[in-house]
Amino acid sequence: MGWTGAWHAPRLVSMLRYTLKRLLSLVLSLAVASLVIFTVIEVAPGDPASFMLGINAQPETLAALRAELGLDVSKFERYISWVTGMLSGDFGTSYTYRTPVSDMVAQRLWVSLPLALYALTLSTLIAFPAGIYAASRRGSAGDTAVMGATQLGVAIPNFWFAMMLVLLFAIKLRWFSAGGFAGWDEGFLAAMRSLTLPAIALALPQAAILARVMRSALLDVLGEDFMRTARAKGLSARQALWRHGLRNAMIPVLTIIGLQFSFLLAGGIIIEQVFYLPGLGRLIFQSISARDLIVVESVTMLLVFAVIFVNFCVDLAYAAVDPRLRART
Amino acid sequence: MTLLSIQNLSLSIHAFDVLHDVSFSIAAGEIVAVTGESGSGKSMTALGVMQLLPQGARTTGRIMLGETDLTTLSEPALCALRGNDMGMVFQEPMTALNPVKTIGDQVAETIRIHENTPKPEALRRAAQTLERVGLPQSQFPLSRFPHELSGGQRQRVVIAMAIALRPRLLIADEPTTALDVTTQAQILKLLGKLAREDGMGLLMITHDLAVVADMADRIIVMRHGRLVEQGKTHDLLRNMQHPYTRQLFAASAHTVTLPQTAQGTPLLEVSGVSRDYRTPRKTLLGKPGTFRAVDNVTFTLNRGERLGLVGESGCGKSTLTRAILGLEQVQQGTITLGREPVFTGARPNLAVRRRMQVVFQDPYGSFNPRHRVARQVTEPFHLLDSPPTGAARQKAVDEALTAVGLTPADAQKYIHEFSGGQRQRIAIARALIIRPELIVFDEAVSALDVSVRAQILDLLADLCGAYDLSYLFISHDLSVVRTITDRVLVMQRGKIVEQGATEQVFADPQHDYTRTLINAAPVLPDLHGV
Amino acid sequence: MIRNLILGGLLSALFITAALVSFFWTPFEYTALNIPARLQAPNMTHLLGTDHFGRDILSLIMVGARTSIAVALVAVGIGMCLGIPLGLWAAARRGSVVDEVIMRGNDLVFAFPSLVIAILITAVFGAGAVNAIIAIGIFNIPVFARITRGAALSLWERDFILAARVAGKSATRISVEHILPNVTNLLIVQCTIQFSLGILAEAALSYVGLGAQPPTPSWGRMLADAQTMVSLAPHMALMPGFAIILTVLGLNLMGDGLRDYLDPRLRVRRT
Repeated sequence: MGWTGAWHAPRLVSMLRYTLKRLLSLVLSLAVASLVIFTVIEVAPGDPASFMLGINAQPETLAALRAELGLDVSKFERYISWVTGMLSGDFGTSYTYRTPVSDMVAQRLWVSLPLALYALTLSTLIAFPAGIYAASRRGSAGDTAVMGATQLGVAIPNFWFAMMLVLLFAIKLRWFSAGGFAGWDEGFLAAMRSLTLPAIALALPQAAILARVMRSALLDVLGEDFMRTARAKGLSARQALWRHGLRNAMIPVLTIIGLQFSFLLAGGIIIEQVFYLPGLGRLIFQSISARDLIVVESVTMLLVFAVIFVNFCVDLAYAAVDPRLRART
Repeated sequence: MTLLSIQNLSLSIHAFDVLHDVSFSIAAGEIVAVTGESGSGKSMTALGVMQLLPQGARTTGRIMLGETDLTTLSEPALCALRGNDMGMVFQEPMTALNPVKTIGDQVAETIRIHENTPKPEALRRAAQTLERVGLPQSQFPLSRFPHELSGGQRQRVVIAMAIALRPRLLIADEPTTALDVTTQAQILKLLGKLAREDGMGLLMITHDLAVVADMADRIIVMRHGRLVEQGKTHDLLRNMQHPYTRQLFAASAHTVTLPQTAQGTPLLEVSGVSRDYRTPRKTLLGKPGTFRAVDNVTFTLNRGERLGLVGESGCGKSTLTRAILGLEQVQQGTITLGREPVFTGARPNLAVRRRMQVVFQDPYGSFNPRHRVARQVTEPFHLLDSPPTGAARQKAVDEALTAVGLTPADAQKYIHEFSGGQRQRIAIARALIIRPELIVFDEAVSALDVSVRAQILDLLADLCGAYDLSYLFISHDLSVVRTITDRVLVMQRGKIVEQGATEQVFADPQHDYTRTLINAAPVLPDLHGV
Repeated sequence: MIRNLILGGLLSALFITAALVSFFWTPFEYTALNIPARLQAPNMTHLLGTDHFGRDILSLIMVGARTSIAVALVAVGIGMCLGIPLGLWAAARRGSVVDEVIMRGNDLVFAFPSLVIAILITAVFGAGAVNAIIAIGIFNIPVFARITRGAALSLWERDFILAARVAGKSATRISVEHILPNVTNLLIVQCTIQFSLGILAEAALSYVGLGAQPPTPSWGRMLADAQTMVSLAPHMALMPGFAIILTVLGLNLMGDGLRDYLDPRLRVRRT
């Protein structure tokens, strides 16, 4: 009998080839991105040292900083040492705080990353049922309600919504604290509690976008010929939607989820200001005011890496869902 | 026993009347063909039987499957019947299958919906069904995905899905329209065989009268949502009652007589032409391969000659067309028009291009929806050194439109105001306007209804006389090529396998492939009294 | 869906008008500090109340509208002027090196969310409305490039483009004469979407201090100021928030309405 499952040898080979191609693309993107960041941070200001120290800096301090930053070597060599440093986990030393950037970032990451993931989970949990419901009952009152709600949702600035949440839930109702982060040492639940309002504020506008995308992707799929074939086999409209429609609709939805993660990371940076969370956001803005270019450089690189990596994962997920992609390489 | 009985079926969609009072029946084991042109309502009738009509559809009348009235059944009851007692095969095999599921899963699904069969058992039966439709496990394992199959193979899978549970009734809505002649013959044979083997009633929807005459026990003719005539094939063909039926069959069998021309000097000379395409690599580090789309093709088209090019999809005729028009470069050989090459160096020779023009297949895609007709028709003026302006331009447009049977007033309209046949006329006007020496008709009548096609062929014959046309007529439709060309080339897998005078080649084909083609194409029988 | 178009159009027009009117007249001088009148809730004199310095919030919102709309508009302009030609070019040269480079470039810019671009730029060049425009504008470029390229690619397959090629027209000429008019509908709709996104982005940047600097009023800045007083004077946060929501809502509704209105399938049915 011929059926041995979807993962026999030729499939694995094409998946492997696809993964390698994507990996190559990942590395290339990271390389170019790092070049761009380096150019903006270290080349554009002219002399990073005098930029950081200001106009009234003493020549000796300038010279000391230049030596410390390694500005006496060529730009190319600086770039290479920066990249090799990052690859081995050394992100330099912050000028203002005199601590390794990697330590500071690692601390903050424990707030920003869980926040982004928490928000992504909430967003998906709300958006998927809403989008599927609206698509399956197209034109009905329920559909119009969902569309209306999402239309409102995408128009709401997440930081404003955060303020409103604080007003209602923290100040008036006192269910949550108005800000600050309990810290992971206090226990998982306590930490998550302080992340809940921020996550909701982040998640809701994104959920609105995602619900719309889900709905429109499903509606597109519902119009396809193979859905009609499925009905002709005896599947009810609902069964056809679940068994045939959803999997195909996931393809465009996956793109959006990937994009969402990057927006959530960026949005999280802003939300942190509302809730006084000790995440990457505060680090960045303080560094910008303090003109600590080293920190800004490394944190931007990290954010860009996160986005590129998530997109890489989404590309792999595509290939798992859509066999045509695997074949095309 | 009557298997299916449609009684006074009327259908409207959003207050737009689609079907009026349609009644006919099908007996068990009978093959009934419903035929007509586009807009006749034949597909809607089929969808109506399956109760898969679009939203906003209102029906009156009864559809009896055996003892049950399908119009009164609830949706769950209908779901129980679909795929089980009645199956359906659709027109477009390329999009009829779910691209992310294997063919094994999709065929087994039919079984698992209606019977409580465990998956391995369902898959085993799916494999059996796929064998029945001509897809043996040795070459088409159940783990194949649809994109790995050709159009004909996908259609077989769709048929397998429809007959897996041996339904009493099989509905086929234009099942072979999108397929090649030879594949069409195979699929039709398969459908006939399955119907006989299982004692299934087969309701076949098709616009192709030759197919109808070949396969059907009974014929039903529809027009504008009404049933115009029905009867046993044999009787109906001998004795057509309704004028529309006669008109339809006449148009289908329509022939034109081309005016005689003096055979002149060679115009288009194609010699030793080969065109290669790069194919993606098979292994991670291997070299990319090449695919030879056109292989050492040589032929000559003389002035005043009407040359046909016949072949199935993938034979290379589109590639050859683009090479002749100078749109693509060839790897080997030369193409010249009046002794001047179509391509000089790496650029197309526009001085040569202005002596030839082309008419495309798709009347809906060959015009820019945002430009008026006058602008579309004068597109080729770009090739002229000093295109006419003002009154001269207006005159040229008016002449071109009148020549193809339209009016000068049509020049100011937008393209969506015209029907398919009218658009092809405008396309011909566009091709004629700069008085080229050669016109290439690339499947120019393939997308048209039978009666419209007949009119366009008449138009071509007239224009031949008026403009002394030389043309290259490319088509997969043998009956059209037979009537509209003096000589014909037969193409297979990039090579010209046979060429000669049209009548000669059709009457006495030399090459095996030509013979296969001619045998596969269904022919309308010679009808008396028409 | 004409209802969407009209409602959206009216809402958007309301704020655009408010912004334009603010050049000539506002209920109160928006820079006038009036400490005795500070933190008033909406009343008959100050229709939307006053802020912590006694400034009239309605006037601030009208002037702030200028900032939001100007930034978003220019950013969309940047995106369109650079993105659309890139997209057309990539589609005209599909499969070639140019196409590949443009696609990779798109992906690269997409890896930098506008906030990150803004961070980079302001870290080196300082904060301000111009830098906000550049940051948002840069991100708009690949959005328009990708959409244009996608739509153009499917048009290149059509026979009327082949007819134009047979007529000897160059790829550039075809892109302008045939492709562009047929993607305009799609681009107009995308324009309204990017405009509304631009307003949200500008508000976020101003909120964290990376956008228009004081004394130029901006809605985001107003929200930042309101934050510490949100329990005392909620109207200070509510009013600019509503302004943002209504403007964005209006633009999105207008975009939805336009999309349906310009749909070629619906258009054919109308004639």
